[in-house]
Amino acid sequence: MAAIAVFLIVEAVPALQANQGSFLGTLTWTPNNTEPSFGIAALAFGTLLSSLLALVMAVPVAVGVALFISHYAPRRLAGVLGYVIDLLAAVPSVIYGLWGVIFLVPLVQGPYEFIHEYLGFIPLFGGDSVGGHSIMTASIILAIMILPIIAAISREVFLQVPRMHEEAALALGATRWEVIKTAVLPFGRPGVISASMLGLGRAMGETIAVALIFPATFGISFQILAPEGNSIAANIANGFAEAGPIGRGALIASGLVLFIITLLVNTAARLIVARRKEFSGAAA
Amino acid sequence: MTAIQHAPAIRRISTGRRVKDKIVQGLVYLSFAIAVVPLLSVLWLVLSNGFARLNMEFLTHSMRNIGARDAGGGAYHAIIGTLEQVLLSSVISIPVGLLTAIYLVEYGRGGRLSRAISFFVDVMTGIPSVVSGLFILAFWILALGMPFSGFAGALALSILMMPTVVRSAEEMLLLVPNDLREASYALGVPKWRTIVKVVLPTAFTGIVTGIMLAIARVAGETAPLLLTVFFTDSINTDPFDGPQMGLPLYVFDQSRRPTDVAIDRAWAGALTLILIVMLLNLVARLIGWWRSPARR
Amino acid sequence: MSQQIQVSSLDAYYGKHKAIEDISMTIEPQSITAFIGPSGCGKSTFLRTLNRMHEVIPGARVEGKVLLDGEDLYAADVEPVSVRRMIGMVFQRPNPFPTMSIYENVAAGLKLNGRYARSEMDDIVETSLKGSNLWNEVKDRLNKPGAGLSGGQQQRLCIARAIAVKPEVLLMDEPCSALDPISTLAIEDLMSELKNQFTIIIVTHNMQQAARVSDRTAFFNLAGQGQPGRVIEMDDTSRIFTNPSQKATEDYITGRFG
Repeated sequence: MAAIAVFLIVEAVPALQANQGSFLGTLTWTPNNTEPSFGIAALAFGTLLSSLLALVMAVPVAVGVALFISHYAPRRLAGVLGYVIDLLAAVPSVIYGLWGVIFLVPLVQGPYEFIHEYLGFIPLFGGDSVGGHSIMTASIILAIMILPIIAAISREVFLQVPRMHEEAALALGATRWEVIKTAVLPFGRPGVISASMLGLGRAMGETIAVALIFPATFGISFQILAPEGNSIAANIANGFAEAGPIGRGALIASGLVLFIITLLVNTAARLIVARRKEFSGAAA
Repeated sequence: MTAIQHAPAIRRISTGRRVKDKIVQGLVYLSFAIAVVPLLSVLWLVLSNGFARLNMEFLTHSMRNIGARDAGGGAYHAIIGTLEQVLLSSVISIPVGLLTAIYLVEYGRGGRLSRAISFFVDVMTGIPSVVSGLFILAFWILALGMPFSGFAGALALSILMMPTVVRSAEEMLLLVPNDLREASYALGVPKWRTIVKVVLPTAFTGIVTGIMLAIARVAGETAPLLLTVFFTDSINTDPFDGPQMGLPLYVFDQSRRPTDVAIDRAWAGALTLILIVMLLNLVARLIGWWRSPARR
Repeated sequence: MSQQIQVSSLDAYYGKHKAIEDISMTIEPQSITAFIGPSGCGKSTFLRTLNRMHEVIPGARVEGKVLLDGEDLYAADVEPVSVRRMIGMVFQRPNPFPTMSIYENVAAGLKLNGRYARSEMDDIVETSLKGSNLWNEVKDRLNKPGAGLSGGQQQRLCIARAIAVKPEVLLMDEPCSALDPISTLAIEDLMSELKNQFTIIIVTHNMQQAARVSDRTAFFNLAGQGQPGRVIEMDDTSRIFTNPSQKATEDYITGRFG
């Protein structure tokens, strides 16, 4: 682990020294020029924005799916569905990427234009033009990819809610939703949070699917429908083949940043789970 | 408690509560529908487009001398590459992962070293695949001056595979009841023989299932290969020398080419990949089912 | 605020398996009724049919009538949720909500049934905790997790939770089987106090307990191996334990079988 960090740093230092721009501030990525200049800001921004958007879309749906399987679907169907969700979690990411670029990108063009036309006054949907190769599309694909993981873990946690807690709620005269609200969700919350964080980490590290979607522009913009956007991982995948020695170093430096960000997210997840322990079912 | 006059008849629950219950039920069904549609669409497109192009030629030919616009060609070189890389990474990470898990459960229970290992395994689980590729690139290829090769890819994959193997094996070993171990000790069996003869066989199916799932997961990884195996259109059966291909890489490569024939090849490659991954998953479940206590 | 319960020819099933058959009885208000009998004879199943908790188990269903003050709980237009609101339940193992504090546990049922002002809620929580003889022990730590209490305290917390919504009837499914003798005594004392307000029905394996606390006792037994459970005899507790009319009852309470 430490070795990973050390070697990434060692290989990144020469490139960082050659950097004519500021690694944190520069908004371009031209490390292969005679005067190399590159900065992480735009890439880190794209990574965070697309992943967070994906999380916002995926978590409610994933919790819904998990509840459907654990508490709403008929028992026999639930077993099959759980199995299907597990299988979907195993579908390789490159396949989602392929699906996204061939199927989703043309599909979303129309809706994007519609939203742009009527909601364009909201900065989020504004911009000069809209297109399928945008942050929004990347986020949708990321959301679809992390959904099975979050749903699978959440379902697991919901099923672990002791039967007697649910019966306690039922015996107080709770409706199904109220049983879920009083007994299931509080018990499952730490599990759902850590599943979401895991999903967030996955989304940020996801490379191939977003590399196929992002048009590899540089810049910081909240216009999520505009045909621009990039992420650390996508930039590595797209830029690696053409990179010279400095270029590789620059990419490795960006990978180091990604490593640190995911490390922070995962640690945060563990802390959240640990802090909830006092009130968790483990104490009972 | 104040006395209540005559007890009321069985009250209906309030409309508000009933409506809320129904709304939530609707939302849950809706979210399930939302989730299922794109996932089905992915599977359907892969199946329908993939089968159009998946044939013996695709499985037995490489892409050598076939341009992006040419029809024909196949993924033979990529399939060979994927199989070799996954096999190599399994050879590296399964023994290491298994021994680590055994140490954690049987020897290091709660000690400082085992807690440290446990922590690192947790952190390693969260490493993005592209970072593991970068690490092997920085360490193996740039620092040690090794060439791009299938073996380098296998190294990157084992970084991803090892924590998964450790975690699943650890869970399975923890499920082995302590009574079994104590029963064995009580017969005067030394600890290492207890582990080999009693604990491991008991947890065997669970461990195998976990390993198969870990293999299935790394078989679909693209990003680390991109940085360590590089590309080739030719067949290279030697994983220790020169660029290889991998199926995920093949799909990625073909789908970036803007021609219909390349896209068709990408779909066929995706289908092959899904079939391999699903097959591994299925084998894992079958092993789990075959030895499950419920069946005895 | 307690009401009479009349059960007529009630059968309960788990899937195809018939667990209890043809049970009819009348339970008077403001009394304690005990169900005794060997394990697996359907006492708990029958108890759970009284507040429609039986049907939450997949595949389980009920045939027959349960009248609460003349109204059929199993009528087509009656919602199980509102039945459970009127007929509270205490379980074999104490089951406070692990994610909630002591206060929130007691208030859990109230929060489901409409809005209360904070002060009103405080009053009800205090009365309920006093009603379950727990107030003095927990009044200084109402915001601590309920799961941190001892087993006996947890069970009394669950009773407080059940009586906070002011049900008509309180069902208790072996409420003391997971508790030590001292906690058991505390709960038994509590039951005698609570019967002034509620109709109490208790399932117990402890014959002395049934004899100590209940006014009437019903003896359940299987009709035969693999047969559904039935009520063999139901009478005043003193009579059941001194002069039962059935041979099987006498055998059971004198310990000759079961």
